[in-house]
Amino acid sequence: MKLRLVVGTATFASLVLVLAACTSDGSTTSNTSGSASSAAGGAYDPAHAGGTLTLLAKSAGGTLDPQINYTLQYWQLYQAAYDGLTSFKKVDGADSFTVVPDLAEKIPQATRGGKTYVFTMRKGIKFSDGTPVTTDDVVASFQRIFKVSSPTAGSFYNGIVGADACLNTPATCTLAGGVVGDKAAGTVTINLTAPDPEFLYKLSVPHASILPASAPSKDAGTTPIPTTGPYMFKSYDPNTSLVMVRNPYFKLWSQDAQPQAYADEIDYKFGLTVEAEVTAVENGQANWLFDPPPADRLAEIGSEYASQAHVNTLTAYWYAPMNVNIPPFNNVKARQAVNWAIDRNALVKLYGGPELAAPVCTILPPDFPGHVDNCQYTNPAGSTWQGPDLAKAKQLVQESGTAGQPVTIIVSDDEVNAAMGEYLQSVLNSIGYKATVKAISGNVQFTYIQNTKNNVQISLTSWYQDYPAASDFLNVLLGCASFTPGSDSSINIAGFCDKTIQAQMDAALKTEQTSMDAANKQWAAVDQAVMTASPQAPLITPKLIDFLSADTGNYQFSKQFYMLVSQLWVK
Amino acid sequence: MGSLVVLILIVAACVAAPLYANNIAHVDAFASNVQGTYTLNGVTGPVLVNSTEGLGLGVTPIGPTWNFSTYFLGADNQGRDVFARILYGGRNSLLIGFVSAVLCCMLAGLVGVVAGYFGKGVDAVLSRALDVLWAFPVYLLAICLSVVLINTTLTIGPWTLTSGSLLLPILIIGIIYVPYVARPIRGQVMSLREREFVQAAVGAGAKDSRLLRRELLPNVLPTLIVFLPLMTAINMLTESALSFLSIGVQPPDASWGTIINDGVGLLYTRPMVAIAPGIILAITAVALNLLGDGVRDALDPKARLRGSL
Repeated sequence: MKLRLVVGTATFASLVLVLAACTSDGSTTSNTSGSASSAAGGAYDPAHAGGTLTLLAKSAGGTLDPQINYTLQYWQLYQAAYDGLTSFKKVDGADSFTVVPDLAEKIPQATRGGKTYVFTMRKGIKFSDGTPVTTDDVVASFQRIFKVSSPTAGSFYNGIVGADACLNTPATCTLAGGVVGDKAAGTVTINLTAPDPEFLYKLSVPHASILPASAPSKDAGTTPIPTTGPYMFKSYDPNTSLVMVRNPYFKLWSQDAQPQAYADEIDYKFGLTVEAEVTAVENGQANWLFDPPPADRLAEIGSEYASQAHVNTLTAYWYAPMNVNIPPFNNVKARQAVNWAIDRNALVKLYGGPELAAPVCTILPPDFPGHVDNCQYTNPAGSTWQGPDLAKAKQLVQESGTAGQPVTIIVSDDEVNAAMGEYLQSVLNSIGYKATVKAISGNVQFTYIQNTKNNVQISLTSWYQDYPAASDFLNVLLGCASFTPGSDSSINIAGFCDKTIQAQMDAALKTEQTSMDAANKQWAAVDQAVMTASPQAPLITPKLIDFLSADTGNYQFSKQFYMLVSQLWVK
Repeated sequence: MGSLVVLILIVAACVAAPLYANNIAHVDAFASNVQGTYTLNGVTGPVLVNSTEGLGLGVTPIGPTWNFSTYFLGADNQGRDVFARILYGGRNSLLIGFVSAVLCCMLAGLVGVVAGYFGKGVDAVLSRALDVLWAFPVYLLAICLSVVLINTTLTIGPWTLTSGSLLLPILIIGIIYVPYVARPIRGQVMSLREREFVQAAVGAGAKDSRLLRRELLPNVLPTLIVFLPLMTAINMLTESALSFLSIGVQPPDASWGTIINDGVGLLYTRPMVAIAPGIILAITAVALNLLGDGVRDALDPKARLRGSL
């Protein structure tokens, strides 16, 4: 997913999303030495319950509909509001990648060769409007994924029996034979057309939230839909604020899946500049800011407010996709030249320094399933990034016969992306191209660079995991099925489709059904094959800063959904 | 006279930008230098410095060294010499400001003289066209045109303006201010048309073209000359505003507006990146305005007399 992308429609049907955080050595590095003590995922401490948590963001995150919204900003909130049949464990650290039963009593064993799951629903759970959660709500919720054209309907849930018909005619979606509820037995059966080892992950993201059957079959927009978690939405004005209050019908059923919340109310305020947000948190006028702190405030935060800053590595990467179907990057030597020329350490500096990012050489980020340290384009040679080789890059450009060609780099217009774009322009000019950089609004850049009609040659973008599986990077970003010419939803931005590599990916997906370890070895090989073909230049893996006010405690960082908002205490 | 001297000094410094960059500072003002180093008083260090305090977050460019040979005003976020870029940027700002002012005055003079002299239908059409242009807030119009045109290749007949060409901001800025100059010129021509010397020329059988060239144009020329420095200042400020919004001069080229924009992200740590081009821009604008006043006084002694009274 795109970290700050605001998506209110089904434009990203092929996107897959994930959010995580771990350090290069695999451990969480968040600074939890803050002034407030931490429960660190321990037992609920009622002494800290109550108060109002004030969060800040420059702008709202779009629709409030959990089956449509595709932003980290609101997915973070949904963790404390909505539940699926399963969910990722809401704890600090690596354990947060674990899928646990949520509205279902337990994780069922897949039957029929991995194609059928029978979930038994927990009893006694109610929505925030007082109505009980039933199997009818579950069936209706899965139908609604297609009826509202959820961004991941075609990628996450297209394997459910009946999904094809639903994708063709969403309005009449029934998922007949695909999702079957048995009200008397309290079970829901999900039948797939083929085994999907990643299906439980897909059930654990907010797009698979269980909503009341009465929820509208269209984007709910700013109208809150009743919740099952500890919070419900009270009011939402995208221009000013979003208010969440306690769900009066919430009763703890699983500490792992949906822990009790601390603050009585969450006020999410919009409209301040990021500079003002930082100042407000410093002054204790707000508890946290969503937006990354501006570059010129980082040193101040890292020194004067070090105890309030928490830095976590993300399983994500920034990269420069190169369009393999138009000049000059339809020539593999030209693409390899770019990989040789870019100094990843320079980009680390532009991102905020080595404490906020690290250079990468592969598609799969460090400590991600399938990742193996291997760097094809580094000088001197090594398994990790060492430095660029401009001479080799220039030589490859000459050999490719593309020297002197004009190249336009499309970047988002925010400070960091614009700076990186300007650096890439300088690099491309230095190896023989006539480069220009075009900075366009971040609201449209991600879709613009996907559409082949725009003839984008090279761009700068990023990808954050949806769930911990190598396919979420390699197959999603570089698989043939992800390339749709002329569409804004063609997440294979490079337009890369190599039949040999695709066959390798298909084989790895098949292996996943029997052995994830064996599959991950295959994914590692795919990663290297892709890097040889160079449809993109992996640049850096970023870290995330959570900056909290001095009086905010119990910071916990889920690798899957980042800071656990419901676990923060203000008393 | 003082303003003229200041202007000459600024123009001369900007013209000498390559001399400074290549022979004194030894820097490339346009290439990213993120991993670059500098040496000052025998000490070598990185141009962009990683923070080492606390959590070690952030990277800060070096600040002013006040040494002309080494990052006199410090570096920007790409590690480029700010002073060298200010000199290069001044070339673009002054060029765009002056050329667009010339273009504006020429177009305005043409429209104003034709509308004022011919009157009736011609005046009505031209005046309404100016009204339409005038109806838009000037910056809004400039921003709209820039957003549409600045990143696209514009082809008009045999001419092609490539993306990022300086001609685009020149054309945009030159055109949007035409009504502001054309209106007073038109009024002046309408007044001149009734004067005795024009009537005498008409009586003597002079044709329209001769009347325009020999009688009217010479009389409105001083007004246009007075407008020129004033419009140069205004256009320079407009260019800076557009460049500040990233829709004027395109990277890696610089103008004072783009450098101010570069400095916004460094206001807390390296304010000089934004302040220095801002000060030079202000000085230049004031000098141009004073020059405009001086030219007006020189060309219209009565006005100077009125001013002194």
